Amino acid sequence: MAATLRIVNGKLYDPINNIDGKVQDICIEDGRIVDSVSDDATRIDAQGMVVMPGGVDIHCHIAGPKVNAARKLQPEDHRRDPHPGTPFTRSGTGGTVPSTFATGYRYATLGYTTAMEAAVTPIGARHTLEEFHDTPIIDKGFYVLLGNNIFLQNLLREGRKEEFRQAVAWWVNSTKAYTVKLVNPGGDEPWKGKKNSNVSNIDEKFDGLSPRQIIEAFITTVNDMGFPHPAHIHCNNLGHSGNYKTTLETMRTAGDQRAHLAHIQFHSYGGELGKNPDSKAAEIIEYVNTHPNITCDVGQVMFGKATIMTADAPLAYVLRGLTNSKWVNVDTECESGCGILPFSYQEHIYMHTLQWAIGLELFLMSKDPWRVILSTDHPNGGSFMLYPKLIKLLMDRGFRQEEISRVNQKAIAKTALNDLDREYTLYEITIITRAGPAKALGLKHKGHLGPGADADITIYDEMDDKEMMFNAPRYVIKSGKAIIANHEFCGDHDGKILHITPAYDEKIEEVVQPFFENYYTIEFDNYAVSDSYLHDHEIVPTANDR
Amino acid sequence: MAETMILVPGRSSKQGTALNKGKLKPEYLLVTSTLEMNSDDMQRLGLEEGDSVRLSNEVGETVVTCKGRKPEDLPSGILFIAYGPPSSQLMDGDTAGTGMPISKNIEVLVEKVTVKNI
Amino acid sequence: MSENIKIVKNATCTFCGCVCDDMELTVDLDEKRIIKAKNACVLGRAWFAEHTIGDWPVAMIDGKEVSKEEAIEETAQTLVKAKFPIIYGLSDTTCEAQRQAVAISDIIRGTIDTTTSVCHGPSGLAFQGVGESTMSLGEVKNRADLVIYWGGNPAASHPRHFTRYTVTPKGMFIPNGRKDRTVVLVDIRKTPSAPVADLFIQVKPGKDFEVLWALRALVKGKNIDPSIEEETGVSLATLEDLVDKMKNCRYGVLFFGMGLTMTRGRHFNSGAIMALTTDLNEFTHFVTKPVRGHGNVTGADNVLSWQTGYPFGVNFNRGYPRFNPGEFTTVDTLSRGDADAAMFIASDPASNFPKVAIEHMKKIPVISLDTKQTETSNLAHVAFATSTYGINTGGTVYRMDDVPITMRSAFDSPYPDDEEILTAIKKRVQELVWAKQGIKIAVGEARVA
Ligand code: SF4
Ligand SMILES: [Zn+2]
Repeated sequence: MAATLRIVNGKLYDPINNIDGKVQDICIEDGRIVDSVSDDATRIDAQGMVVMPGGVDIHCHIAGPKVNAARKLQPEDHRRDPHPGTPFTRSGTGGTVPSTFATGYRYATLGYTTAMEAAVTPIGARHTLEEFHDTPIIDKGFYVLLGNNIFLQNLLREGRKEEFRQAVAWWVNSTKAYTVKLVNPGGDEPWKGKKNSNVSNIDEKFDGLSPRQIIEAFITTVNDMGFPHPAHIHCNNLGHSGNYKTTLETMRTAGDQRAHLAHIQFHSYGGELGKNPDSKAAEIIEYVNTHPNITCDVGQVMFGKATIMTADAPLAYVLRGLTNSKWVNVDTECESGCGILPFSYQEHIYMHTLQWAIGLELFLMSKDPWRVILSTDHPNGGSFMLYPKLIKLLMDRGFRQEEISRVNQKAIAKTALNDLDREYTLYEITIITRAGPAKALGLKHKGHLGPGADADITIYDEMDDKEMMFNAPRYVIKSGKAIIANHEFCGDHDGKILHITPAYDEKIEEVVQPFFENYYTIEFDNYAVSDSYLHDHEIVPTANDR
Repeated sequence: MAETMILVPGRSSKQGTALNKGKLKPEYLLVTSTLEMNSDDMQRLGLEEGDSVRLSNEVGETVVTCKGRKPEDLPSGILFIAYGPPSSQLMDGDTAGTGMPISKNIEVLVEKVTVKNI
Repeated sequence: MSENIKIVKNATCTFCGCVCDDMELTVDLDEKRIIKAKNACVLGRAWFAEHTIGDWPVAMIDGKEVSKEEAIEETAQTLVKAKFPIIYGLSDTTCEAQRQAVAISDIIRGTIDTTTSVCHGPSGLAFQGVGESTMSLGEVKNRADLVIYWGGNPAASHPRHFTRYTVTPKGMFIPNGRKDRTVVLVDIRKTPSAPVADLFIQVKPGKDFEVLWALRALVKGKNIDPSIEEETGVSLATLEDLVDKMKNCRYGVLFFGMGLTMTRGRHFNSGAIMALTTDLNEFTHFVTKPVRGHGNVTGADNVLSWQTGYPFGVNFNRGYPRFNPGEFTTVDTLSRGDADAAMFIASDPASNFPKVAIEHMKKIPVISLDTKQTETSNLAHVAFATSTYGINTGGTVYRMDDVPITMRSAFDSPYPDDEEILTAIKKRVQELVWAKQGIKIAVGEARVA
């Protein structure tokens, strides 16, 4: 395929540029969208088709130590779903935790061209980048887990704010991360060190430090340093009845500073601890709707097989108690915990239906699609391969009613779902799957089709059945190169690593190093990941770099 | 005199250092053909330090040199050898569907070899 | 000793799965050898001292010296012509080389397997069955007040395991090091590791499963008949005492070795120890870990898993990965006589596989890549001599606890590294396969990474 390309006759959906279904040409040169190309450019006729920017997944789990452990754990997950190679592409296996090659190709077959791995231990960064190197097509980055980092917590305890800030920047640089991730902040130490207990309250102090203090410190620091994407937060008490209060308190802790709340569906439960929850979707989405500093992704649950994989180790243990399934726990020195287990969401189960319905409530009551982004917390709520079905649930009320009639009605009665008759438009879908996440990530070249944008483009046949439509783009173009044409793979692409390099004072290394020598088992000088693991990459500037 | 005993191939640190020199070097060949045996057992079988013994089972046989170990360190009836070409001769190829052949606790017949250097 | 001396700090020893990355190497650049390896154990010292530059040819076909290119061509032709080519080994090379090896298998629709299948393959199967509560080694250093070894002899196989990670070091919550820990060793014989332990428990050979299952029962509060002693060699009182220690520690760890996986029970033994660990988490924090042997066997598990979904024993005959231990594992493909060509990378199966497997190796074309001459390279049709990872090349290795480490090269070798040879073979097999299928694609256009 030539370096220049013109897409003609397609109906464009480009919310960042306020284009809502207008027929307009797109010109591509050297991987970017441009104003015009010469007449001899290769043409794609998109008559009767919908043209959108490539999808952007703001929160998924696709690479790194915990993902690979989940792959190893579940041969049964792969065997029914092989992913044959083609002359252009490597083979692999699918299931809820696909192999790296299959992950990249399958995102492409949905029209997604960017995905962010949402939880990587610093010590696992090198592993994650190695897997990224084998994850084709998509651009990708990851969020580094710092919320239970013992060294950083010690600095906070001692009130050493400036050093904390420098150390955060050092860690992000050393790991090639995109932003910082907090998961159940403050919960690792009780889990590992106090016989598998947990924090239960955002203000509960453990050794003089509360989750709220940790959250506040990270939100402020990341905003001060102008990261393109703010602190990405998995709140305390995930999955527990009554946890919506913790979620609201976490958002309040942000004040008017930017913060991203991950998979809020899992954090919108009312009721009493130990009893069945009810829905507090209305309370949570109301806060989000009225606070433009907050972005979130929904973490929709989809019925069927899923895989729980989370740095929230105590939560995974609770779920293991419920399911009695095989269970993996991995403690990472000084940095994190992790839990993995196979899971299945079932229509007849009250809790699972409630989770499904709360996710839909959140979408349908959202007033600002730019800030309420589509995700399933893949593979926790279900595979990313179920996005087309989720889109159909949002766009097609009739389909949604049919599905509602098939699930646990007691749970439905606890929600407002039956009263919500909103249908998402294609324009809004483009926002929650492309423009919104690109904007929330601060990726100025993604999520739109204006000149200067990365030429990551998806072309769908316009169909009534939206699941079918979003399941099979006719063309997928990545960085200006046709990857899928007429539904067939016709090329391959490596995709690049997206990361940031916030400035820091090198003196901080002298502060960090002694801690390493005492408590880590890898040498300080061997810890930071070298540039050789980046291959094709892009440093996204922080506000302070500009 | 012959007796059935249990052979436990394993790693030894001597083997580890010899391995680095090269697996075809005399040192490696020597460690992997040295059999450790309970000294009471040796006495009963009329064996002395450095004697050759034949180990055999339905898979194959091999001749190795024996070396005594105190009974408190190696229980009676158990033989230790560092993995290598000699122990391979006694390993069955059947993995019972796991990929792993039984490489420890192999039943073998132990007998003194009267003519040395076979 | 020449004047041309270089010091390499924080180099990595890959002789065993401890993957110590605190080596300080003194390198004689003129003589091309390491004259001192500070911090290394006796095995590590031998590893560094003995990997000098050899005097054998880079490539040989049937024992005759040939050019590297000729050998690559012959390898590619052999692999593409074969109906059931197998690739095996990989535990003593970089992840970068392992990635290429999997790609070759995918392209030629062959079978790939690693030394995992004959060390902790059964633990991999057990993991798939019951899962595992585990940790990075630093957690043991910082937290573990009860350290149990079962069926392993680190004193001989992983000499610094005790001193660097698990027994003697002081840690965050273990301020007094050894004094703050209780150490237990369980084995069928008193190994050189026994003196380290506070308590040594001797099990009758092949009775580990019975002992582990009895412990599970006791942990769950069930009664065990005293006849357990007759069966296993371990008294009920000893078991009860151990259960007491396990339930009441703050952070307990069960390390286990090939004494469990290579003997009667195999994956049932590993599964029992993992299940016991999971059970104990009802009472306290407990973790377990197989003590992996080779320097990058853990990397091989990881690379195969991320590229194929499965950790070892993977077959691509149908154009996608399938996993079936016992069918696609190397002892089986050789013993059954299925394999009609074999490429062995950084491994010497001809010296430690079952007799019947070795006999089959002698009947088929074998390709070997190794740093030294071995039984396997001796019987190989094509033999490549390669440089040594971590001594002549950088690259990535995974410690036994899945922690990835970037190695530092000490001195250059005239020999190519595994990655270079495998990349060249991959390119050539890709061309041959495309030619066979009549597909016209320039290399570089399609993914062959
Ligand atoms: S313990 Fe293992 S890795 Fe460490 S120095 Fe010794 S042989 Fe090398
Ligand atoms: Zn997540």
